[in-house]
Amino acid sequence: MSARTINFTLNGEAVSTTIEPHRNMIELLQRFDLFGARESCGQGLCGCCTVLVDGMAVSGCLYFAVWADGKAVSTVEYLDAGGALSNVQQAFIDCGAFQCGFCTPGFVLMTHQLLKDHPDPSDEDIRHYLAGNLCRCGTYPEIVAAVKRAAKAAA
Amino acid sequence: MNQIGRDIPRLEVRAKVTGRADYTHNLRLPGMLYGKVFRSTVPHGRILGIDTEAASALPGVHRVITGEDIRKLIPEPYYGPAFHDQPILALDKVRHVGEPVAVVLASDPHVAEQAVQLISADYEEMPAVYDEVAAMAPDILVHDVLRPAGTFADLKHLKGRGGTNVALDYHLRCGAVDAAMAGADHVIEHTFKTQQCLHLAFEPFVSIADPGDNALTLYTANQSPSFVRIEIARLFGWPENRVRVKVPYLGGGFGGKLYIKLEALVAALAMIVRRPVKIALTMEEQFYMITKHATTFRIKSGVGKDGHLVARKCEVYWNGGAYADIGPRVAQKSGFTAAGPYDIDNVSVDSYEIYTNRTPAGALRGFGVPQLVWAYESHTDLIARQLGIDPVEFRRKNLLRDGRPHASGTVLHDAAITEVFDAVVARLGWDKPFDRGSGTLRRGRGIAIGLKAVISPTTSVAIVNISADGSTTLYTGTVDMGQGSDTAYALIVGEVLGIGAEEVRVVHSDTDVTPYDMGTLGSRSLYHMGNAMRLAAEDARSKLRALATEAGLPEGTNYPPSEVFKKRYGMQAGNIIGTASFVPTYTPPDPQTGQSGDVTPFWMVGGSGVEVEVDTETGKVRILRLINAVDCGNPINPGVARTQVSGAAIMQLGFTLSEAMHLDGGQVTNASLADYKIPGIGDIPPMEGELVAASQHSGPFGAKGIGESGTFGVSPAIANAIHDAVGVRIMELPITAEAVLRALRAEAGRPLDDE
Repeated sequence: MSARTINFTLNGEAVSTTIEPHRNMIELLQRFDLFGARESCGQGLCGCCTVLVDGMAVSGCLYFAVWADGKAVSTVEYLDAGGALSNVQQAFIDCGAFQCGFCTPGFVLMTHQLLKDHPDPSDEDIRHYLAGNLCRCGTYPEIVAAVKRAAKAAA
Repeated sequence: MNQIGRDIPRLEVRAKVTGRADYTHNLRLPGMLYGKVFRSTVPHGRILGIDTEAASALPGVHRVITGEDIRKLIPEPYYGPAFHDQPILALDKVRHVGEPVAVVLASDPHVAEQAVQLISADYEEMPAVYDEVAAMAPDILVHDVLRPAGTFADLKHLKGRGGTNVALDYHLRCGAVDAAMAGADHVIEHTFKTQQCLHLAFEPFVSIADPGDNALTLYTANQSPSFVRIEIARLFGWPENRVRVKVPYLGGGFGGKLYIKLEALVAALAMIVRRPVKIALTMEEQFYMITKHATTFRIKSGVGKDGHLVARKCEVYWNGGAYADIGPRVAQKSGFTAAGPYDIDNVSVDSYEIYTNRTPAGALRGFGVPQLVWAYESHTDLIARQLGIDPVEFRRKNLLRDGRPHASGTVLHDAAITEVFDAVVARLGWDKPFDRGSGTLRRGRGIAIGLKAVISPTTSVAIVNISADGSTTLYTGTVDMGQGSDTAYALIVGEVLGIGAEEVRVVHSDTDVTPYDMGTLGSRSLYHMGNAMRLAAEDARSKLRALATEAGLPEGTNYPPSEVFKKRYGMQAGNIIGTASFVPTYTPPDPQTGQSGDVTPFWMVGGSGVEVEVDTETGKVRILRLINAVDCGNPINPGVARTQVSGAAIMQLGFTLSEAMHLDGGQVTNASLADYKIPGIGDIPPMEGELVAASQHSGPFGAKGIGESGTFGVSPAIANAIHDAVGVRIMELPITAEAVLRALRAEAGRPLDDE
């Protein structure tokens, strides 16, 4: 399949690459040595591959790389670009909201999306937004606590 | 400052929340080829031919490799921790659907994947056997002859045995079971079953082999790098020092990434093509790698008039799948606890590891114990109900106390069975009235408690290095897959050396650097490696004192380490290397009776209490409360310990209520997260956890393992609560709404139409 040149913004920086149409966002990001978004289930169900496209969380494993053309893509690596952790990242640490850490970037990004839409989320909001992120280590109680802590810190 | 008991975040937290933590998944090497696996579509059959021509001709394909290519490199290409029964790629025969038959290598994984579709294989199909009890009959043989590895002395006698699917039969005899049963006032018998399910770590299996000159480096997501090194060296006929195994953080393990998985395959491929080879499985492929045993457990108890258990007979059938993996050890080393945490004078256990034509089964968070607790705690509850005794009172009457001998002959020490049980009962408020619901929504409560022995004997070796500026580095073969081992060891070393855990640097799992460790499994690490680490730190401390004496410093003075080095070497130079190994005492059990005075260095105890609400119209079970109490001794890092308990309980919740691999003709029909339902954030009930006050006196600073204990009681506590709520008994996992509805309708004399 013939490759296409795409231009997009990656973590605030204008970039360009040539990529075949069957490759997904995860493969695209790996070209830029970004590994925080991870393909796991390959079906958009686990959320390990979550990235933000124009500010909206998407499953990188189901998002074709060529769709990024002209868009702004943000990954977990962007959150501490200034050197400091985001409120959400700090809250995940404070609440012990992960074990193996493989799903954590996805949860962190989805929590950013949640708090953007609902700065003071209810338990129902939290469950609704994070329903598409799975954690096999089972740290859900700590994740709920972390989301609430992050919301409080931002308020 | 005291380090033990400090509630600190894991040392690697920043790397994990920023997505920069190092996983094997991230690694790419120059010139690396990607391998994609062509798998068997039949459950059992003789290989007549494999046509790789079209695949090899696809542009971009480097090479296609079959089992015969590997046999040219390694004449006996069979691997495994307990048995050398698993071919690196199928040879002569396939034994389960999904078994690796060939591999396509290409620089682009998509090309390799496309080429796999162009391979075809011809099989002479053979009848297959899937059920563990059916496979006890030698009608269909999965293997012609047993091939035990030399690794475990107590499996050697099986060598050359043929005409059977029983890979291992384990027996325990204590007292006179038949006579006691005959004299009992009540004899009660049940059969319970568990389903095949799997680990499903979110970092699917991934391994990379980088070939050298008669040497190899493996980068792999694996829980037992020392074993990988030994096994790869054995396959190639090399000394251990030609194999280097590096493991970064693991994206989940749970027992799945134990021993050897993709490593032998990538190693062989890399040696054949002389280029680095990476194989990364998809989520679907994980269903064909390793699973949790399905089991059938026949349990029979004799009870006296006074409600005392006088005899218990256990027959456990473990569905091991097509290759043994660590299954024989599960059948044996957990099998011996099959009678539960009860004081019963007359016990017999017969535990069988059985080959079938399914995906192999190994260890999954509990090493078989959750399957056992499911049966014995469901059974115990049923006995109490049948005898009209309160289930809590019945258990209290029979619980094994510290200082009493377990059925294995080993006297129980530091097993807080009573404390854990009391904690669950108290938190649940067993004696207090509660809302039993009404109409179609009925509520009930249940409890359960389990006991596990850590696998023994196993060895851990540790190194503690003090640099000339006084900074400290520790070297460990333990794999940190989220359990917080790096942090726990830093706390232990910090405690001994009087420094903060945050100042300790942890180097983990690189066999060129880190010393031997048996494996990160079965909740053994904190105890074994923790003890080794404590001893290594003490060794470093005494060497530092010796160095001070050499430097002419007066004894008993408290110079900072950096000054001791400077004084001794004249500048910032030198090292102190503290080392230690730890292997607990152990007495091998008698081969006939399983009796041993010292069968395990420590016991784990976990109990659960639940309150459920059952919808009698749909069978849907809602968990209203889930309480878990465990004995982890004196916790090193209590916050991490608590998340281990709740995480284990949540995982077991999935195995209890929803997770099951469905088979059709040996094919897994739900091999994806879409169809295999694991717990999500919406499935988590209100939970409470308790680490009971306890101490493991032989453990490092009183601590012991914790990773599995939260799983033990969950499944039977739920079944017991459902019985309490609606009067029906579920005998088989998982407890789906459909299973409950079927039981309710059968109980009401109106079975569903298809029954």
